[in-house]
Amino acid sequence: MAKSQITMKVNGKTVEALVESRTLLIYFLRDQLSLTGPHIGCDTSHCGACTVDLNGKSVKSCTVFAVQADGADIVTIEGIANPDGTLHALQEGFRQMHGLQCGFCTPGMITRAYRLLQENNNPSEEEIRYGISGNLCRCTGYQNIVKAIQHAAAKLSGVPFQEAAE
Amino acid sequence: MNDMTPTSAERAAKLEGMGCKRKRVEDIRFTQGKGNYIDDIKLPAMLYGEFNRSPYGHARVKTIDTTKAAGVPGVVAVLTAETLKTVNLAWMPTLAGDVQMVLADGYVLFQNQEVAFVIAESREAAADGADLVEVEYEQLPVNVDPLKAMGPDAPVIREDLKGKTEGAHGKRRHYNHIFSWQAGDKATADAAFAKADVTIRELISYPRVHPCPLETCQCVAAFDKIKGELTLYGTFQAPHVIRTVGSLISKIPEHKIHVIAPDIGGGFGNKVGAYPGYICSIVASIVTGRPVKWTESRIDNLSTTAFARDFHMDMELACTKDGKLLGLRCYTIADHGAFDACANATKWPAGLFSIISGSYDIPAAHCLVDGVYTNKAPGGVAYRCSFRVTEAAYCIERAMDIMAQKLGMDPAEFRIKNLIRREQFPYTSAFGWQYDSGDYQTAMKKVMEAVNYKKLREEQKDKREAFKRGETRELMGIGVIHFTEIVGAGPSRACDILGIAMFDSAEIRIHPTGSGICRLGTKSQGQGHETTYAQIIATELGLPADNIMIEEGNTDTAPYGLGTYGSRSTPVSGAATAMACRKIKAKAQMIAAYMLEVHDDDLEWDVDRFRVRGNPERFKTMTELAWAAYHEVPAGMEPGLEAVDYYDPPNFTFPYGAYICVVDVDVDTGQVKVRRFYALDDCGTRINPMIIEGQIHGGLTEAFGIAMGQEIHYDDDGNVTTASFQDYFLPTAVETPHWETDWTEVPSPHHPIGAKGVGESPNVGGVPCFSNAVNDAFAFLGSTHIQMPHDHWRLWTAAEKLGLHG
Repeated sequence: MAKSQITMKVNGKTVEALVESRTLLIYFLRDQLSLTGPHIGCDTSHCGACTVDLNGKSVKSCTVFAVQADGADIVTIEGIANPDGTLHALQEGFRQMHGLQCGFCTPGMITRAYRLLQENNNPSEEEIRYGISGNLCRCTGYQNIVKAIQHAAAKLSGVPFQEAAE
Repeated sequence: MNDMTPTSAERAAKLEGMGCKRKRVEDIRFTQGKGNYIDDIKLPAMLYGEFNRSPYGHARVKTIDTTKAAGVPGVVAVLTAETLKTVNLAWMPTLAGDVQMVLADGYVLFQNQEVAFVIAESREAAADGADLVEVEYEQLPVNVDPLKAMGPDAPVIREDLKGKTEGAHGKRRHYNHIFSWQAGDKATADAAFAKADVTIRELISYPRVHPCPLETCQCVAAFDKIKGELTLYGTFQAPHVIRTVGSLISKIPEHKIHVIAPDIGGGFGNKVGAYPGYICSIVASIVTGRPVKWTESRIDNLSTTAFARDFHMDMELACTKDGKLLGLRCYTIADHGAFDACANATKWPAGLFSIISGSYDIPAAHCLVDGVYTNKAPGGVAYRCSFRVTEAAYCIERAMDIMAQKLGMDPAEFRIKNLIRREQFPYTSAFGWQYDSGDYQTAMKKVMEAVNYKKLREEQKDKREAFKRGETRELMGIGVIHFTEIVGAGPSRACDILGIAMFDSAEIRIHPTGSGICRLGTKSQGQGHETTYAQIIATELGLPADNIMIEEGNTDTAPYGLGTYGSRSTPVSGAATAMACRKIKAKAQMIAAYMLEVHDDDLEWDVDRFRVRGNPERFKTMTELAWAAYHEVPAGMEPGLEAVDYYDPPNFTFPYGAYICVVDVDVDTGQVKVRRFYALDDCGTRINPMIIEGQIHGGLTEAFGIAMGQEIHYDDDGNVTTASFQDYFLPTAVETPHWETDWTEVPSPHHPIGAKGVGESPNVGGVPCFSNAVNDAFAFLGSTHIQMPHDHWRLWTAAEKLGLHG
């Protein structure tokens, strides 16, 4: 099968590769670049475990061909941490608020929340729930994920996090 | 010594032991995308396997032609049943004592059954090859209805069992019959019904659903021809069982099989069994001499590996006219699909279903379960519950509401009247289970007070009047439940899998500097074992939890264990961990006595140290004793500080809870709004309240999905119509209700630390609570039972049948 030459920026580094035209972006990231943070949880673009940031938008990388990402700027969970190596506020928030259990949805969930908070730096609970509705989690029941994102939003805005009363 | 400055409480807090909301160790890697799941594993020269699957629910396989598939560039080999027969692996034993086809041998019995396995250099080539396997079928009559399975004209599902009147669990009375299993006493139950004032009877069905973890089932098999050794990486909730079963099936000696379960992306019972994908990958690796990876697609997952439930329960209760329960009878048809591959302890083909008397003092009871074959996928796994416990809890809790309705009693009041009382524990049920401990009334009353139950009922009364007057199109429903689980399998006298007793184990090694490693035969799939087992050790040994490494999922290093399912990790391995600690502590005490030149009995334990009674300034900390264990043990004592414990629990544990749910149902759209859900759980001693709460949120959300929208549905031709996330409902953050949680804490008297297990309680209690709330909304209109799932369409239909649409 014919291969195409593609160039893209992944987590700040320029990557050049030859890919089959049918190779999905998620397999390109996972198998060719060994970025195994984004996961595959379904065949139908519903679960969001494969979410990456592509040119400033959250995309499900199982529904994008690698060739479509030619020239793109991509951020995966591996590129979310702060430049000094410390954890991003979201990564910290998910741990502090117990926003994960098996960890399989977590990279996609955090990557989605990373974009959500850039679109809206102080989202309401409803906005968060709607904003992550393309990402399925089977373990947490979402309540602590919402808190984790609120925790991160507060930290990024420099205000103390206050947990909503039960 | 400066060390004396902190108080005992301060020192205890630093350990982050039991009761502490310790942040999870696992999260450091998971939040950075550095988990290590099966599909992340890439071995040199690794190949990929993909199945060709049956398009039909029931058909004879006339020919299989693999020529075109084998010709696809990159395809290395194609396996069929004929290939597997050369190594005697066309069929495999199931955990339930049946046999199952690994690849279609002459016929297919359910849609998407595995027919051929194509091995190729890439995933894509394997998929291309699988598409080009040419199979000629002759379609056969299909039956997907368990209630028709034992009819005179039902299609024969299992031709291989023709003429066999004995199965793994006794007599078979029909060619589609798998087993009959009963518990309790029929004569006393019948007598109770004969003298009862009020009886109810209802067919309560729990639809076929699926555990559906976000990561599907997967493995990498790597056979080393030179050494004759197999390394099998896989999504295994029970790695040792896989090793033993793998050895028995493949004849590879057990010591030459290395089973590794790395991080697992959720299990919920889906990853207990052995599937054709594992067997084919092993054979493929042996045949090709290269590692072979198999990753299940979501459609494959939902339609082939490990369904749950599909229990159809004809339930009866008998009562006095003032609401005292006298008896229970239940006859169940259990649909096990085409092969009996459910994961139950050997002696219990219907699992622990006889917990069906629930939280109530019912003097006489009998249940009978018939398992049947249909043209559906095999399974019947314990999805987020101990074996068949959720079916039982759903049935009794629905029946309690139906009886309360007939008696004209409030469902909460009716429950309180019949709950087992605190002074009755340990309580022996009519089915013979000995419930370990509980204070059921307190739990129930606490929940009712928290939600102001009385006021809710008043509001409901007003709303019902308003509905009758045509002022609202909404019905308010209040679901009340009290459930009791039976978990922690199990006492080995009662429980085994394929003859392996269901104990569990822990091996702890304390290093000279006072840190250590604990290895276990259980396997976390998100429960946070690396965090919580260390908390048990921290409290038991007085060493900081941060200094203890927890290792699971490696059969070479861990002591033998039966794995994680049925809420058994804390009740069984948690106990083994505590007992191993106590062995270590006993040795440390002898070393301390030697160092302090006192008798052992003159020492007392204080958080993290042994001190001399009456002279607390003289002590040795556990860290000091760990050092000493490696260089100044008393004469005659072996150096070192480690212990293994194999724990065979004396009984099951019985976690329980009381839940209340409030819903509003729009009769014109069938849409349900969950206004409130309040869950009180008692799991005995609480090891990590943060993790417990997380487990409860997750279990309730899965319960919400089941009750409100899930069904693995087959049409009459045997096509599975709900095998992707397009059609199978998984709640997103938008639909998922807000959860309120609460607890009481009545320890298990027979468990070393009093813990009972919690992960499954919210699923067991949550499903009936939602269903009761929805049913309660319609109850005043004369409706007794609306079957799950309670999705918009079905509730609109229910409203239509009740004449609510004019």
